[in-house]
Amino acid sequence: MERQRRTCAETCLELLSIELVHYYAAQNQAPLAASTEAIGFRVGRQLAERCTWDRPRLVEQLDVMKFICKEFWIELFQKQVDNLRTNHRGTFVLKDSNFRWLSKLSVDLPPPIKGPPADTQGGAADKGTPRESNGALPTSPTASEAAQDYLHLPCAIIRGALTHLGLPCTVSADASALPACDFTINIRAS
Amino acid sequence: METINSEIFTLMYGSIVRQLITDLEDIGEVNKQLDTMGYNIGVRLIDEFLAKSRTAACTDFRDSAEKVAKVGFRMFLNTTANVTNWNPENTECSLVLEDNPLTDFVELPEGCSKLKYCNVLCGVIRGALEMVNLQVECDFVKDTLRGDELNEIRLKLVSEGTEAYPFKDDD
Repeated sequence: MERQRRTCAETCLELLSIELVHYYAAQNQAPLAASTEAIGFRVGRQLAERCTWDRPRLVEQLDVMKFICKEFWIELFQKQVDNLRTNHRGTFVLKDSNFRWLSKLSVDLPPPIKGPPADTQGGAADKGTPRESNGALPTSPTASEAAQDYLHLPCAIIRGALTHLGLPCTVSADASALPACDFTINIRAS
Repeated sequence: METINSEIFTLMYGSIVRQLITDLEDIGEVNKQLDTMGYNIGVRLIDEFLAKSRTAACTDFRDSAEKVAKVGFRMFLNTTANVTNWNPENTECSLVLEDNPLTDFVELPEGCSKLKYCNVLCGVIRGALEMVNLQVECDFVKDTLRGDELNEIRLKLVSEGTEAYPFKDDD
């Protein structure tokens, strides 16, 4: 039976994940990283299940990795991973030279706010911006720092998918050279 | 419009709802947060709608409701709604969704009977219409997940803003 493919606008997913980060960043009791991790992990598992139900079991570690880099990546991010490297001891580095989910993140952030330190005004506008404790003017975060909040979700999705395919692991991302993004996967030795 | 497999969106939304239930531990509060999240999404979504839908300006609220149902739902969720049950003053109507991609794979567990699972849609509609000067109230009144035959969103026009630029220069 051909799997029915239903589509929706990519904007829906984009706006939903932006709003997710936005929501949890404003919460005190539920930390952003933990909550988005939990959300992404579930999505990854379910999605891996849906993508692999009609194919033979992926036995080898490398087969699983290739599946993630090709089919799974295309499904989620509309393109393949550009480069896959491994040390053959359980560490893989996936390089996506134009990571879709960060492609709309503005790289040209506004310059730091001039004038009196913002905390004297108590304005809600800059709530949540990291501020230096030594009284210096707040410096605007670099694009890669800003990207970090948005990377918990894709990392967790990938971790969920790999875990579901039998490879429990940790996933971290490095977006210091936007729009490229490197994902480092450490497979837990079994 | 760029499109994706809607399963990803559906699963993501489901996972978010589940996390909110865990974090907030109160269904009423979850409904409220879903609506707020939807509102924030709607405020941005309208930009995309205006830029890409190529529709003419709406003449009245009746027209706007039709656009939401026929163009908006088609564009973003790849489904459509029917507009019915107008009140005589033409200020209230129902959007009936026969097919709701958000609820694929969804079953409400016991203890969640008060959950308005798709409340995000109400927020989106409210947020988007507010950006075009229509203040509306929006409520998910019938939900197939809660045993109704159809999904019905009740849309109520509260006030219509003027076309004039609403801010003074020094605001």
